[in-house]
Amino acid sequence: MDTAATSRDQCTIPVSGMTCAACSARIQRTLERHAGVSGANVNLMTGAATVTYDPTATTPGDLVSAIRATGYGAELPRPEQSAESLVALQDAARAEEIGELKWKLAVSLAAGVLAAVVSAPLMVATEHEQDPLTAFMMPLTVLVRHLAPWAYELSPLVLRLILLGLTVPVVGWAGRQFYTRAWTAFRHHSADMNTLIAVGTGAAFLYSLVATLAGGWLRARGVEPHVYYESVLWIIALVLLGNLLEARAKGRTSGAIRRLIGLRPATARVVRDGGEIEVPLAALRVGDEAVVRPGETIPADGVILDGASWVDESMLTGEPLPVRKEPGHRVVGATLNRNGAFRYRIDRLGADSTLSRIIGLVQQAQGARAPIQRLADRISAVFVPVVLSIAIATFVLWFDLGPEPASLNALVAAVTVLIIACPCAMGLAVPTAVMVSTGRSAELGILIRGGEALERSEGLQTVVFDKTGTITAGRPVVQQVLTREVPSAELLRLAASVEQLSGHPLGEAVLAEAERQGLELDTASELEVRTGRGVLGLVAGHRVAVGNRAFMDEIGVDGSPLSDEADRLAVEGQTPLLVALDGALAGLVTVADPVKVESAEAVARLHGMHIETVLLTGDGSATAAAVGRAVGVGRVVADVLPEGKLAEIRRIQQEGRVVAMVGDGLNDAPALAQADVGIAMGTGTDVAMEAGAITLMRGDPRGVAEAILLARRTMRVIRQNLFWAFVYNVIGIPVAAGALYPAFGLRLTPTMAAAAMAISSVTVVSNSLRLRRLGGRAVAHSERTAHV
Amino acid sequence: MTPLQIAVTLAGVAAIVWVNWYFFLAAQRPVVASGAGTGPQSVRIVVDGGYSPSVVTVEAGRPVRLEFERRESSGCTEEVVVPDFGIRTFLPAHRITPVQFTPTRPGTYEFTCGMGMVRGRLVARAGKGGPA
Repeated sequence: MDTAATSRDQCTIPVSGMTCAACSARIQRTLERHAGVSGANVNLMTGAATVTYDPTATTPGDLVSAIRATGYGAELPRPEQSAESLVALQDAARAEEIGELKWKLAVSLAAGVLAAVVSAPLMVATEHEQDPLTAFMMPLTVLVRHLAPWAYELSPLVLRLILLGLTVPVVGWAGRQFYTRAWTAFRHHSADMNTLIAVGTGAAFLYSLVATLAGGWLRARGVEPHVYYESVLWIIALVLLGNLLEARAKGRTSGAIRRLIGLRPATARVVRDGGEIEVPLAALRVGDEAVVRPGETIPADGVILDGASWVDESMLTGEPLPVRKEPGHRVVGATLNRNGAFRYRIDRLGADSTLSRIIGLVQQAQGARAPIQRLADRISAVFVPVVLSIAIATFVLWFDLGPEPASLNALVAAVTVLIIACPCAMGLAVPTAVMVSTGRSAELGILIRGGEALERSEGLQTVVFDKTGTITAGRPVVQQVLTREVPSAELLRLAASVEQLSGHPLGEAVLAEAERQGLELDTASELEVRTGRGVLGLVAGHRVAVGNRAFMDEIGVDGSPLSDEADRLAVEGQTPLLVALDGALAGLVTVADPVKVESAEAVARLHGMHIETVLLTGDGSATAAAVGRAVGVGRVVADVLPEGKLAEIRRIQQEGRVVAMVGDGLNDAPALAQADVGIAMGTGTDVAMEAGAITLMRGDPRGVAEAILLARRTMRVIRQNLFWAFVYNVIGIPVAAGALYPAFGLRLTPTMAAAAMAISSVTVVSNSLRLRRLGGRAVAHSERTAHV
Repeated sequence: MTPLQIAVTLAGVAAIVWVNWYFFLAAQRPVVASGAGTGPQSVRIVVDGGYSPSVVTVEAGRPVRLEFERRESSGCTEEVVVPDFGIRTFLPAHRITPVQFTPTRPGTYEFTCGMGMVRGRLVARAGKGGPA
């Protein structure tokens, strides 16, 4: 029921520049005098103004301008807060709707049961209905005769008046919404489910009213003055029941968004003026330093300044193992700090924050329309007027051709057609499934950009993996140190010392290994870097050179003593770096980008799903082939330049195959865009989220198979829903119209039609809700790569 | 056939014709969104069992701001979806909720309720400044 239009909103506005209590009091007075504001509270400590206002009279923007006019700084409330308050409003509206529906349902049901008792004697009086429901009600008739024999003493007129008395409040109060909504829709030249219910029950009610008040007039014209109050009551009760179940189920379809929004803590502990104070999240500013203690939720994105901890990021990435965080590492708002304490600088808030971007992507996905929905859309646009037409035709056919009493049979059949038709099932079939599925997959760390991405993923035939960062860890690591005379630690130390300033990824691997072993590095002088070949310098009086075979030839070092070893290791996918000491070959260090431990399983799973796999890499063929062998990928394409990735995807598409490209989304964005499904995959929360149709928040390549599986399951549920919704209406409407009557004498009553309709839309939503239990098998036994 | 049956049949045919005319063909006058220059073109749409106006004409290439004023609490219209722009927004009852997006190309874009039953159309015409 529509409530009074006095609505109130609340918003929190961050205010800056306040230095004393006089400032806050002044802003508070300004706000309180502002039109439409019913309450304001300005907190000096937290730097936030909380304002209660009438949204039809003012806006947060006006309030911000009012504060700025007083000479202080103010910012608009951030979008994630409006998302939060919208969800809260939606929840409140739904709770109110459900509460109201419960009352209406209870009253309608009570009236329906009473009406069944009162109708029992009437049914005996007019024994022409031989439908299944009447047969079902016969025992009740016997019971009523036994328990309330007085009912049979009453005249049919009195009984009908009692029924009328029961029906009026239900039609006028509990079912009122159907009539008012049908009427407003009608004024807009549109028609919906309410139109069908209103016309159906309205016709039955009006006829019964005439039969009650002017039965003699009808009888004189050869029409039996039968009443259908009981049917009207039961239809309204059952449709209300359907609405109630549907409202509850619909509330659950958006549960995932609600959980994501709920992850954010209410307050943050920030360092201001040397002390720690709790401030509401809305009052945070970029650059604030916040303190997070063990067991607390991290309030916003930022970088750790000091302290260290393990952080559980599973709510955003699906990664079950906590991640180690040290100074310089990024932490993400809404993740859970496990056991350490740390201080960090907040650098992203509001729409830029990781959580907001995830929520935004999921909301966008839920709003995007799946292509498969087009048919359902086209049908639901014409559905109600077509059903109205069928109902009229049904009336005419029964009237002209049906058995006596023709007018009564015609009325019942037409009403049954109106009541059984269920446009809701069709309208709910696709959106509910897409909402549940995208929400659920977000919880698993898989962001799917809506129905179209789901549809395309279902039909994937080829998955192309970019090697670096997806199949491999993306960080080269020292594999072996081979030495001739110098101890291996010393060789590594010398090599690392010259590599300190090279900035080359392979050099950084050498540096990282030296650091891991705790080696003290010397400063190198007379440094000479030959890009792509090697580096040369003076370390503690020795000339040290590190580079490939060509580089050694160039500086006159004989690389042949270790060439067999170097070739063998290269075939295994390792890159050998030769190290020369004072003009003689001293040893070699091999570096490789380790294959993620999950990669082989990820590829095997795709093969198990009959999907071809391709490995695409800019590496040389030896390394590429070694990685390809290690993970069991179907085909390897090596020596590919960045532009070549796009061309390779095109080539596979021209073979008529549906292709997914899996990459980190940073340097392969064109290939991701060219592919039918671009899958961006990062490590932890560090992902180019908007790059692909699908984003895997976790750096686990098994997520690819998981996402495709999810898409397949979702599409199956969508098809089931659509099939059910179509078949239900395609079979239900003709049967209700009496298509089976000539052959089998079978027809439905309006009450049975109402039950069927209520069940059909609830079935569709419940089927979609099954998707909430999707997936997560890979999550259960995940392991990180060996070298992290 | 009795005269009554003939009368009922004719009335039925007339009723079917009227239903289809009323719901499919009866004129819905488009409303042109206001706002000149390069700023957003805005239009207030009352949500009350339907959208009025249900057809809005705008200029392509400029931001469009649809202000949905929901005057009812029926669950049917609680969400508005603009599928071509990936928008699905909750419309709180008895409030004005703005929805903003930019149709870059001329064309007809639909906006519907969450279930696609209540619908309206946005007709984007090639503008003076916009792409043809």
